[in-house]
Amino acid sequence: MKAALRDAGLSALVALGLFGTMVGLRTDVGAESKLTINPQPVTVAIIVALVFLGRLGMVLWSQNKAKAAPVAKKPSRMPALGRYVAPVLLLIAATLPLYSSRYIIDTGVVVLTYVMLGWGLNIVVGLAGLLDLGYVAFYAVGAYSYALFAQTFGWGFWTCLPLAGILAAFWGMLLGFPVLRLRGDYLAIVTLAFGEIIRVVLLNWTTLTGGPNGISGIPRPTLFGLTFPAGAPEGSFAHFFGLEPSITYRVAYLYYVIFGLALLTNWVSMRLRRLPLGRAWEALREDEIACRALGINVTVTKLTAFAIGAAFGGFAGAFFATRQAFISPESFTFIESAIVLAVVVLGGLGSQLGVALAAIVMIGGGELFRDFNEYRMLIFGVALVVVMVVRPRGLVSGRTPSVTLGEGVKISADMVSQGHG
Amino acid sequence: MMRPTLLSVEALTMRFGGLTAVDAVSFDVREGEITALIGPNGAGKTTVFNCITGFYKPTAGRITLSQPTGMTMDLAGQPGHLITQNARVARTFQNIRLFSGMTVLENLLVAQHNAVMPNVARGLLAVFGLGDYRSLEATALDKAKHWLSEVGLLARADEPAGSLPYGQQRRLEIARAMCTDPRLLCLDEPAAGLNPRESDELAGLLRKIRDGGCSVLLIEHDMGVVMRISDHVVVLEYGKKISDGDPAHVRNDPKVIAAYLGEDDPEEIAAATQATEAGMPA
Repeated sequence: MKAALRDAGLSALVALGLFGTMVGLRTDVGAESKLTINPQPVTVAIIVALVFLGRLGMVLWSQNKAKAAPVAKKPSRMPALGRYVAPVLLLIAATLPLYSSRYIIDTGVVVLTYVMLGWGLNIVVGLAGLLDLGYVAFYAVGAYSYALFAQTFGWGFWTCLPLAGILAAFWGMLLGFPVLRLRGDYLAIVTLAFGEIIRVVLLNWTTLTGGPNGISGIPRPTLFGLTFPAGAPEGSFAHFFGLEPSITYRVAYLYYVIFGLALLTNWVSMRLRRLPLGRAWEALREDEIACRALGINVTVTKLTAFAIGAAFGGFAGAFFATRQAFISPESFTFIESAIVLAVVVLGGLGSQLGVALAAIVMIGGGELFRDFNEYRMLIFGVALVVVMVVRPRGLVSGRTPSVTLGEGVKISADMVSQGHG
Repeated sequence: MMRPTLLSVEALTMRFGGLTAVDAVSFDVREGEITALIGPNGAGKTTVFNCITGFYKPTAGRITLSQPTGMTMDLAGQPGHLITQNARVARTFQNIRLFSGMTVLENLLVAQHNAVMPNVARGLLAVFGLGDYRSLEATALDKAKHWLSEVGLLARADEPAGSLPYGQQRRLEIARAMCTDPRLLCLDEPAAGLNPRESDELAGLLRKIRDGGCSVLLIEHDMGVVMRISDHVVVLEYGKKISDGDPAHVRNDPKVIAAYLGEDDPEEIAAATQATEAGMPA
């Protein structure tokens, strides 16, 4: 108890030092436009008291927990719950546009885009264990591929979608070659640089990409030739089905497009996990040297992981371009890579459900806190820290065996390697 | 009767900067035999292994493997995965390297990667259920089950490899190497850390592997195991070969005794040293 009090006192002292100047001395514009200092002793006192009590509570709690530690850990109830979470989520996602407002559907589109990006990056980071901080590069390649093909040749979304994926995969391999021998921090830095290079090239190659002005007027996707304009002219969806013209159809259609693309990503990566290629990725994450000793071509295995992960990033990018109808290098900054990586890490490396949950929490949750304005990022950061403290291996950790003889048991996360980059 | 040579190491030298870890070592591994590579710590045994299995590119010397076709294949400097894939030389590691987060069964399936997925295109076609992936996978599963029952791990097939006790992890690593269908199995200290009963089981398993037609090259410190199962023993000390022959010959070789037991009779040591230096290339 004494130690706890001392600890809390120290924390309060640190808080006093920090907040005493940062919060306690407020500067206001007083008379004659001069800055005057307004001391705020009450606010500082409240903050320091809060820190003291909070720290005291935390220390006491952890002491109690340490006492109770010898008791065997209760088996986590997550797997049992997990069985129902995925189907329920899928059902909600499939029917969302039928009963939701345009705002909700729009948010759903953004969330699903991040779910798809997360699933794509999960192949590289979660399965193959290669830390990629430049994933946004492939997103950008996909978006610009579609925008440029559509502008130059007048091709439609569905023609360009596979092309965008193939081009992104190509760039994924191009990134893969120089980084084959790199691991961990070094790999992360080079991928980070790669992401920035792509953005800077897009920004400066004005003749091709329009530079900072970006590309506008990117065509919307069509449904078997039916368009989704604001009114109901000949050849539009509303006209064809004799419906009341509404912009919601387009939003709903976009929603189902990205829903389908995300499901495709999920299906392919789930399936690959059970196939030799995916198993080789996971083996690579576990132990690269053992892979080589077993005759697995590590180069090819890494490149396929980069290429397939990048292809899904490219698909998502093409979708982003068609949804926004306008793209510029500003949309492909490092923060996007960071968010996608955060989604994957928060969700649990290698876990499909975890990534979906994390995207909902991070992107959808971010929308919820929109009213908090400048405190949004604070809440966001605190929430992330709390989750990582409570569940260090992500929301859904552990690994399901890809093939079993009898009844498979989930492998605990402590056993599974996180890859060395 | 002398059996035909499978692997031939000729004047193999490996230098790391100024340090000569392996110095002009030559020996043969004959088909259908268990060859043991022994020597005190730091003698260069694992370095020889790493050269044979392509983890190091030798500074000088030749490593050739005779193929069933009668041709010979040069292993020196080939990338490691090709040595396993084409020359069919498999290895295990001194510090066990299993895929600990994957199940025992998955470990054995990863080992059959090249058989199940001959190339990337077929690997990708399998996503859409195309190609003969299903039958290949079924064959791989059968082989995995066969080796699991050989090493007595069938009951633990669905457990993560990292959760197995040490002795079973050793056996699993051997089973995993055998799943690559090797002609030569290289084992780096397979008996390290095993209790006497486990060592006995290991000796039985290695004999069974040899009788199944796969030659074995092993590094081992457990002399009991080495003398019992080896057909041929090669002794290294400070990177040089000091003795080569059948277990009885090696056991009575004064140089080997000196290397292992240290000084006993100063005259004998002097003689042994002289003999070693005389055998050294100029």
